[in-house]
Amino acid sequence: MKKVEIITRTFKLDEVKEALSDLDIKGMTVTEVKGFGRQGGHKEVYRGAEYQVDFVSKVKIEVVVQDDMVGQVVDVAAKAAKTGQVGDGKIFVIPVEEVVRIRTGETGDGAI
Amino acid sequence: MNPVDNAFILICAALVLFMTPGLALFYGGLVRSKNVLSTVMHSVFMMGLVSVLWALVGYSLSFGSDIGGVIGGLDYLFLSGVGMGPAQEGGNLSHLTFMIFQCMFAVITPALISGAYAERIKFSGFVLFSSLWLLVVYAPMCHMVWGGGLLGQMGALDFAGGAVVHMSSGAAALACALLLGKRRGFGKEAFIPHNLPMTALGAGMLWFGWFGFNAGSALAADGIAANAFVTTHMAAAAACVVWVVVEWLHSGRPTTLGAASGALAGLVAITPAAGFVDPWASLVIGGLAGVICFGGIMLKNKLGYDDALDVVGIHGVGGTWGALATGLFASGIVEFDGVPQLGLFYGNPNQLWIQFVSVVITWAFCFIASVVLFKIVDAVVGMRATDEEEMKGLDNTLHSETGYQL
Repeated sequence: MKKVEIITRTFKLDEVKEALSDLDIKGMTVTEVKGFGRQGGHKEVYRGAEYQVDFVSKVKIEVVVQDDMVGQVVDVAAKAAKTGQVGDGKIFVIPVEEVVRIRTGETGDGAI
Repeated sequence: MNPVDNAFILICAALVLFMTPGLALFYGGLVRSKNVLSTVMHSVFMMGLVSVLWALVGYSLSFGSDIGGVIGGLDYLFLSGVGMGPAQEGGNLSHLTFMIFQCMFAVITPALISGAYAERIKFSGFVLFSSLWLLVVYAPMCHMVWGGGLLGQMGALDFAGGAVVHMSSGAAALACALLLGKRRGFGKEAFIPHNLPMTALGAGMLWFGWFGFNAGSALAADGIAANAFVTTHMAAAAACVVWVVVEWLHSGRPTTLGAASGALAGLVAITPAAGFVDPWASLVIGGLAGVICFGGIMLKNKLGYDDALDVVGIHGVGGTWGALATGLFASGIVEFDGVPQLGLFYGNPNQLWIQFVSVVITWAFCFIASVVLFKIVDAVVGMRATDEEEMKGLDNTLHSETGYQL
């Protein structure tokens, strides 16, 4: 099992969610996050004083999938989240040791 | 007593009160979310505290019988002798009406100062400073300008409070900003307003209430009130447009905060002039206020003092410009004892000189008195919040509340 973390632009959330749902992904966790990569921050101006805002708002989408699904999930998510401009985000794939469905006590692939 | 005048001024008093929660929103939106309530409290609590002080002693010190041209006597202590009938025989307003209208001016003035020390002042220090300031600075200023004191006798023109409200609060704000010191991280971190829609709504409430402030200062439902209403609106409108254009040229973007700040600058600048000048002049006064007050704020960035919400740049600088502009543009609309009040452009250069002298006296008196009060209060209860309180935010540490549960 792997966890796929997709950090992307806030307005891309719906497109990525739809794309993953089409792969029959049953659940996901979404968090509002802030950070920066090569895009850097942006400038804001208040009464003539300029401020550099370092952290840009993004969303982080986390899904845990079976090993054989990882490639597909990454491809679909990357396609849905892409604008081609700097600041599109990153996808991380992380190994997952165990999953437990709290309601039934099921573990492993069946609990995803 | 004239019931029409009386009704009009009572409504104006209510409009002026509405400015204070407007100011609370205006200032509240400009601070970081961890200080929104402490900032709102600086205005809201003044509605209570100042009103009580005003009834007990403030009104008497402002409008009681003259003592040395500087302050009023104790004739109206606890509002004794302030009755339903007019203050003097033949007067058009109930004495109570005049008292409560003036009360609303007293409420908002110390609240205006709070923009200078937002995000770092102790509440106890704020309460004691504001209370003393009302009695030691505001009441004498009010008496000297409107209560038969020195500045009024000198012939200084201040229709609705350029000196009494705006320069006085601007001078106090400068004193407080210098003595209290900068917020932690000033100049290094970005202090970004947490809710500009709130600020824009507050600016709208201020603009609305200002009609009561300025038109009501005619103290009658007459043509002078209508003139003051129109000049107030036009000055705000012109300053709003000009500020946005100036900042568009200066930093490449027209901003919401600029539109709101510009309107406020125009309202401040027209306040001393509102009844004395023609509508065309109000467009000039407001338009120039948009440039001058924008410059006033730039000056803060250059000089490096931390007047958090730009009270000096808008109220101090705008009020000063308005006072001088009154000496330029007064066109004889208002007559005192049958003598039309005229400015430089209408052949009376002396008026500009009187206005200049009144500006110097106002700034010197209010600044020095505010410094002394600050030092006293700082020694007694302390003015500055601790580093930890400032870092965590004053809402939680001083008031045990949080503005937003999201």
